[in-house]
Amino acid sequence: MQHYDVIVVGGGHAGCEAAAAGARIGMRVALVSRSAGDIGMLSCNPAIGGLGKGHLIREIDAFDGLIGRVGDAAALQFRLLNRSKGPAVQGPRAQVDRRRYRAAMASAIAAEANIVVVAAEVTGLTTSGRNVTGVETTVGRLRAAAVVVTTGTFLAATLHHGRATSHGGRVGEAPATALATAIAALGLPRGRFKTGTPPRLDGRTIDWGSLDLQFGDADPTTLSDAAVAASPPHLACGMTRTTAASHAIVRAHLADTPTYGGDVVGRGPRYCPSLEDKVVRFGDRDGHNIFLEPEGFDDATIYPNGISTALPPPVQAALVATIPGLERASIVQPGYAVEYDYVDPRALTPALMVRGRPGLFLAGQINGTTGYEEAAGQGLIAGINAARFAGGDEPIHLDRATSYLGVMIDDLTTLGVSEPYRMFTSRAEFRLSLRIDNAGERLTPRGIDAGVVGRDRAARFAAAQAKRDAVRTLLGTLAATPAAVARGGVAVNQDGVVRSAGDWLAHPAVDWTIASRVWPELAAVDPATAAVVAVDARYGVYLARQAGEIAAFRADEALRLADGIAFDRIPGVSPEMAERLDAARPAMFGAAVRVAGVTPGALTSLLAHARRAA
Amino acid sequence: MRAPIGDGSPYGVASPAAPERPTPTIYALATGAPPAAIAIVRVSGPRAIAALRALTAGDLPAARRMTRVRLVEPTTHDPLDDALAVVFPAPASVTGDDLVELHLHGGVAVVDGVLAALGGLGLTAAGPGAFTRRAFDNGKVDLGQVEAFGDLVAAETGTQRRAALSRTGSRLAERVAAWRAALIGVRSDVEATLDFADEDHVAPDLTPSDRVILSALLVELASARADADRAGRLRDGIVVAITGPVNAGKSTLLNALARRDAAMVSPLPGTTRDTIEVRVVLAGVPVTLIDTAGLRESDDALEVEGIRRGRARAASADLVIAMGSEPAVPSAIWVEGKSDLGPCGAGWRDGALHLSAMTGDGVEMLERELIARVGSLTSGEAPLVAHRWQAAAIVDAVVAIESAIGAGDAVVAAEELRVATHSLARLVGRVSSDDILDGIFARFCIGK
Repeated sequence: MQHYDVIVVGGGHAGCEAAAAGARIGMRVALVSRSAGDIGMLSCNPAIGGLGKGHLIREIDAFDGLIGRVGDAAALQFRLLNRSKGPAVQGPRAQVDRRRYRAAMASAIAAEANIVVVAAEVTGLTTSGRNVTGVETTVGRLRAAAVVVTTGTFLAATLHHGRATSHGGRVGEAPATALATAIAALGLPRGRFKTGTPPRLDGRTIDWGSLDLQFGDADPTTLSDAAVAASPPHLACGMTRTTAASHAIVRAHLADTPTYGGDVVGRGPRYCPSLEDKVVRFGDRDGHNIFLEPEGFDDATIYPNGISTALPPPVQAALVATIPGLERASIVQPGYAVEYDYVDPRALTPALMVRGRPGLFLAGQINGTTGYEEAAGQGLIAGINAARFAGGDEPIHLDRATSYLGVMIDDLTTLGVSEPYRMFTSRAEFRLSLRIDNAGERLTPRGIDAGVVGRDRAARFAAAQAKRDAVRTLLGTLAATPAAVARGGVAVNQDGVVRSAGDWLAHPAVDWTIASRVWPELAAVDPATAAVVAVDARYGVYLARQAGEIAAFRADEALRLADGIAFDRIPGVSPEMAERLDAARPAMFGAAVRVAGVTPGALTSLLAHARRAA
Repeated sequence: MRAPIGDGSPYGVASPAAPERPTPTIYALATGAPPAAIAIVRVSGPRAIAALRALTAGDLPAARRMTRVRLVEPTTHDPLDDALAVVFPAPASVTGDDLVELHLHGGVAVVDGVLAALGGLGLTAAGPGAFTRRAFDNGKVDLGQVEAFGDLVAAETGTQRRAALSRTGSRLAERVAAWRAALIGVRSDVEATLDFADEDHVAPDLTPSDRVILSALLVELASARADADRAGRLRDGIVVAITGPVNAGKSTLLNALARRDAAMVSPLPGTTRDTIEVRVVLAGVPVTLIDTAGLRESDDALEVEGIRRGRARAASADLVIAMGSEPAVPSAIWVEGKSDLGPCGAGWRDGALHLSAMTGDGVEMLERELIARVGSLTSGEAPLVAHRWQAAAIVDAVVAIESAIGAGDAVVAAEELRVATHSLARLVGRVSSDDILDGIFARFCIGK
């Protein structure tokens, strides 16, 4: 029998980050995947990042994680979304080459000496008392102090092509049935979700000449902040729309789809709806956008983002022919829906460990999320905490004020999910403080403490931080009158008050270029340092206010609720309130505040109880 | 949770044999001091019903039905009273706990005996507000309602009573819910521009209709804010300052209005060195009349201080009666006293009310004028909010919404609107980001 510190089940986004994080901390990790060739597969669209998601990528990157680096290595084009909006909501996104992504991920995993890839199917979990101590596989039993399960959509999965159903977690691949049984045997609360994918097209049969093209940015913002400057790759995406004829076909065949035909019980994401859902819910719309995304440099396959469908394959062909530019396009692989089991994430601690099952961690779509970035982020945290568990250390806990990672984990473990969970910037109440430009500053020190940040990144971080500190000091010492600032070429109120450079940068009209004219020494500051310092100055007033809110929030968060707390025995907590709290099992008083439907009165009583217990 | 049914309790709730939740069971005399015709004792908490059973030696009335019971001392079985009892099982009671009301004969010995028996059962004598606190803890009332109950109990006049009573219901919660819904709609629009920038059919930043909604909201909030002032006047009364030069007859007028000798009245200038206050009730509203020291130059240090205080009081008064000269403040009531010394008698002439406080001539006309003015300061729909913390929350929301309207950056607008939502939530409850996303998805087709 093989012994490891950490076993990671699954080689998708969550599994790869979990394994790599454990390995960086210095643990011996077994990454168990049915086939070594499945590692780093992109099952859905060939793009990484976006709004909210780009933030997660930068935060994973701040912990020296893989997804940003690997995405950059495979990029076809880069776009910074929300360029016209404030810096707090800008997110990097990359179209990637599917094959290059998989190859880059495989080599990143191979480069970690501490990871052993085991090609096998996991058929069960081994336990000792309540502790999970390893896994049963098709190649024998593996033991470890901690097990991270990242089975994605494979748990008890069903594929739907029209009304035809088959067992499978991804087209051509069997579901994880034995493992689903083992998870069920642990008595974890489960639910069922649905997701889908569009038909893949042969790009050589698309009339590109009739379509608008979307190119990447000329000055790319990469996914990882470590990416070396290179000439940006630029494969274009095409843009088209569905037509009234497309919608008529969908309407005529709704009964042939698994959702409207009644085969699917699982709920799908509202923000990544199938074309069927769009037509039913937004019947008044005459068309829906489609982005034609190339799957690779040497791959003619096109991913038509926006027409996820589980119509019967012949109907899909008719549907595609109604779309401008796709009249003669041939389908390489039909779209389909997949239905799968997820575990109610309220069964997890904020460390992503199953409550009452020491050693068992869950990450990724199994926890009811959707998206590569969400999965990778959970994988990172579960991997770090599995390694810390194996090493006898306390888990790391990222709260909502630190990061989108913290927001996601708190949302999942406190509120649970009612549809596949996706990140949005609006989920973060401290959004102005949680930006891509300061992800390293927020999180890399935490990563260094946890031992998950490699030497290179740690050194680069220390150098960058020293530069930021120096510039911030400089901004506090440089000062100017309104007249001097006006000579920099901008109209400001001539109130005669001398202000610091930092205060002047909070003025909407004063950007770094203007400031560099007023104070020539600022012109020498490198763009990355200038960007983060300028944004901090620009949002200074709001950041200060949020800092106050964060302090109040942290005071609540600091009040830990005992793991086995009996909510029904706390004076002033009614049975109904106790039931709600019991379902969420908040670990902190602050998390209890966020449990839906708990009255201020019950919270007052809980607060008094927590303070007494503290 | 609660003990299972089967302990002999007709309500299937906790009995003395069941595991005791540490929630205390509280009791208190709910009516005024005995002796009185009847006295009501309330018992609330997990052991309330068990306590009644102990006092009735086993008999329990049906839930929510007033029933005649014989109360005895639990250990000695000494008779205490022939009384009426009502049982309100949790959670359908005013406190949310099991609640028992005992309607006793209001004699001192009866009440003392029953209270002593309850204490002897190990129950806790309730402190002030303890029953309302239980209702708040159980989510039966919000903080605004708790304060309204306090105001209701303290109400001295019919107008105060109506104002307080209107706030004990869910009217504020409903209005705040409507304001919140409007704000969340706008926030959904703004968040959609931030989170779904690459989608079609997402409008830029604050749309014109969002601006209209926010402006309308500002108007409503301003009126609610004014409510707080109005409610404050209703609760604490209106302050009317009588100002004027020395020896204009201010104290005499005050006495005439108060119909008693509140101020020392003398014909010598400068008798009133400090302010004198008298409370009267006009049109159901308590009114504090203030007689200020005569407004004249003086080198008497004490008098100078009196004048300074008088001016400060008059400046913060809700209403001013200016005697002896045309007032600088147009809203003041201009009164010329000592009409008995002139040829024309009492009455309104050239904007001034001529009266004689000495003879009482014209004082009734002033009272009518005061009642009209007091009415306009306090009338209107019953106020929605009444307390300073509520007014502060509304002001915070107003400032944030105004900043959002003026913001040049959608992220900053979104931040201000978030603050506004939280300020409104402070009036009643809380808000989660899921509300915003629900708003977005209900109205947009988001595909990517």
